[in-house]
Amino acid sequence: MPESAAGQPCYHCGEAIPEGSDYPIRSGEATQSACCRGCQAVAQTIIDSGNADYYRLRTDLPKTPEAALDALKALALYDLPEVQEGFVKNDGAIKDASLILEGIVCAACVWLNERHLRQLPGVVSADINFSTRRARVRWDNTRIKLSQILESIRDIGYHAYPFDTGRQEELFRKERNAAIRRLAIAGLGMMQVMMYALPTYIAGDDGSMPRDIEALMRFASLLLTLPVVFYSAWPFFQGAWRDLRLYRAGMDVPVALGIGAAFAASVYGSFTGSQDVYYDSVVMFVFFLLTGRFLEMNARKRSAEAAETLVKLIPAAAVRLPDYPAARTEEAIGAVRLSPGDFVLVATGATFPSDARVVEGHSSVDESLLTGESRPIPKHPGSEVIGGSHNLGSPLICRVERTGQDTVVSSIVRLLDRALAEKPQLAQTADRIASHFVLALLVVAAGIATYWAVVDPTRAFWITVSVLVVSCPCALGLATPVSLTAALGRLTRIGLLSTRGHALEVLAQATDFVFDKTGTLTDGLFRLREVRILRGDKDQALQLAAALEQGATHPIAAALREAALEGRDSDALPHVQHLAYHPGLGVEGEIDGQRYRLGAPEFAAPGETFSLPEGLTLIALADAQGVLAWFSLGDGLRPHCAELVAQLKGLGVRLHLYSGDRPENVAALARQLGIADARGGMHPQDKLKAVRDLQAAGAVVAMTGDGVNDAPVLAQAQVSIAVDQGAEAAQAAADMILLSSELLRLADGVRIARKTRRIIRQNLAWSVLYNALALPAAAMGLVTPWMAGIGMSASSLLVVLNALRLANHPTHQHPTPQPPTPAQMQPRHESA
Amino acid sequence: MSILYLLIPISLAIVAIIAAIFLWAVRTGQFEDMEGPAHRILMDDDDPPQKP
Repeated sequence: MPESAAGQPCYHCGEAIPEGSDYPIRSGEATQSACCRGCQAVAQTIIDSGNADYYRLRTDLPKTPEAALDALKALALYDLPEVQEGFVKNDGAIKDASLILEGIVCAACVWLNERHLRQLPGVVSADINFSTRRARVRWDNTRIKLSQILESIRDIGYHAYPFDTGRQEELFRKERNAAIRRLAIAGLGMMQVMMYALPTYIAGDDGSMPRDIEALMRFASLLLTLPVVFYSAWPFFQGAWRDLRLYRAGMDVPVALGIGAAFAASVYGSFTGSQDVYYDSVVMFVFFLLTGRFLEMNARKRSAEAAETLVKLIPAAAVRLPDYPAARTEEAIGAVRLSPGDFVLVATGATFPSDARVVEGHSSVDESLLTGESRPIPKHPGSEVIGGSHNLGSPLICRVERTGQDTVVSSIVRLLDRALAEKPQLAQTADRIASHFVLALLVVAAGIATYWAVVDPTRAFWITVSVLVVSCPCALGLATPVSLTAALGRLTRIGLLSTRGHALEVLAQATDFVFDKTGTLTDGLFRLREVRILRGDKDQALQLAAALEQGATHPIAAALREAALEGRDSDALPHVQHLAYHPGLGVEGEIDGQRYRLGAPEFAAPGETFSLPEGLTLIALADAQGVLAWFSLGDGLRPHCAELVAQLKGLGVRLHLYSGDRPENVAALARQLGIADARGGMHPQDKLKAVRDLQAAGAVVAMTGDGVNDAPVLAQAQVSIAVDQGAEAAQAAADMILLSSELLRLADGVRIARKTRRIIRQNLAWSVLYNALALPAAAMGLVTPWMAGIGMSASSLLVVLNALRLANHPTHQHPTPQPPTPAQMQPRHESA
Repeated sequence: MSILYLLIPISLAIVAIIAAIFLWAVRTGQFEDMEGPAHRILMDDDDPPQKP
């Protein structure tokens, strides 16, 4: 066993091994070292089960597993029939469930989990989808329990939770498989029909191709085109029929007419041997159209996913304390059966089953499902927690506040659904124009058919088909909704939720941004604002102050510590002796033989003064010789506030700061940020009037504020953005809600909104240009049906791909927070 | 040229076989995970024996 493993990377997780730890792992003849008991246990299990290859194959290091979590009780819940009801399918003794796997970082994890699960006696099959990080497990319930399966996944350092696949998911899977099948049939048909068509094109009309061979090729093509028209293209016929029954002219009508007419004419031509055939045009047209639809479907799915992920993270079971606070008997219950007022115990690493209020215990919680950022948020008795978030610290007892449809997560999903369902002006206009366009097109096609029937009857038919096929209202009917959906999905993923359909459109036009101060630009938290050094250097002064306040919990201490450490470990602080607290005044202590005082000026430095801006608290650090440094603390600006102001100005937006706070505070803040129009001491009705004045001058106002207190002003503005955080967010009556704590997302939102508008305009312009060129050309007989098919399909693909650029719009300056992936939800281990 | 009377039906049969294989692949869910198999092929050596 290596004696001095300290400092070396842990065999399992790669973290440095702390001094004095001794966790050997036996691996055949050799011995490896782990950093903690958790890693040791996991690595030993992996090696003992014959899967040591994992360490050779992996390309990424796993997170450090928690040591010996008391989670067995929680896992046993999943064996209850009423809990399993939601997510387990029964097939006799064989059961079947889908699991969300957390902690998967590379392909070797998938390999390890699959092998490990398949080794378990009683497990019939285990398949893991690498893209979605979902596992599907089938097991024999007489030989193994679900809780044992979940536990054995825990043994190798991963976490698995069952989830309800839900009808929606199943529906989408079927829809996607059907689309792939249609696309495949059309693609195969297209390739082979082209093979038969090519010799005919090469031979031309010079008679080098015998009539009988040509007929043979035609019938072979007919045979291949049949499934393409009657299976692959079937949705177009269905769509057209639906539109016609409702006396509407949708996009599918000319498409179906074109396909149907060209196919019918080709069949007629094949049997009479008299006319040209268009099988190649028909199959190619169908294939390209289906490709466009397939891309559109995937874009829709990605947008919806952002919201769906939220719901799936609500666990299926909970631990209820029926007799709390009298007794602490625990009882397992399905999460759906919880009702408001129940007390639940949420273990470390567990997920909150519903919205609740903490009644006992202190912990920190990962709310990244809501905000997209996995920063732990401290929770104390009285704090609200959101169903679906993760308990990272110690166990909490909570009182259930809201369940089922009333929870924050459910409301957010509902709000997003509403936004997706409400058609904004832009989409409505596009729909209307598309409908008129199709009607006009049908009339024009009839006119052209009549004209050519008189002038040159032999060409009349294919010219009419070309006209029907070449025209493309897809930029109107297809690309506008795709753009909007892609943009809404993107915004949700960066933590800016739209609750109304028009929000995106108006945000793009906004000329004026009005901000509230407290809770919007400032965070209402104490923070170190300024340090004035009289002797020594700033770092040293901060270190001393933080060391003196090391054990204290009040906000000033926290602010000083935060400023001094900047995220570093508190072990770096100097050691304090003879520490004495003077309540209400400050703290006194000895560091390296020197006596220091930290606190209110009259305590630490009697007789000395320091002038400071309004609204700040002054703290002095002094030694026996007098003051070393002054610290002023106050309600801090939220991070990146100045950058937000700069970015919005760069986007050409005028900024206003309307606040109820004292005018001098507001003025100071406005000067600091560079906002010209700042007014303080305003009541809600003053704000309302100010916004009305702006609007009277022709401004499109985006109001950013606290969703509850600023409700009337939010309603007056053309588009309102609530920056509430946490539980009240979903109740806010705003058009958009900033769920992320990152203010810069507002500027990103404006950018994405403007890009959406730009892309929709590009698509409309392209559509007009394309049709203005292609329609007359087709009407004059310059475009054959196969050219028309390519032209129309290429045009559709172009607008859809252009719209999809929105789904990946980069965010500014900071790394994009991804939607909460299971890996992020994994609680981080505090090395014990 | 008369060989085409044989070749074209054969080509049709081949297309039909390919289509059938493709549909089978879709039905057995082989298009649901487009990333995993690429990695899995590098790792899947012999399956471990089931414990009794």
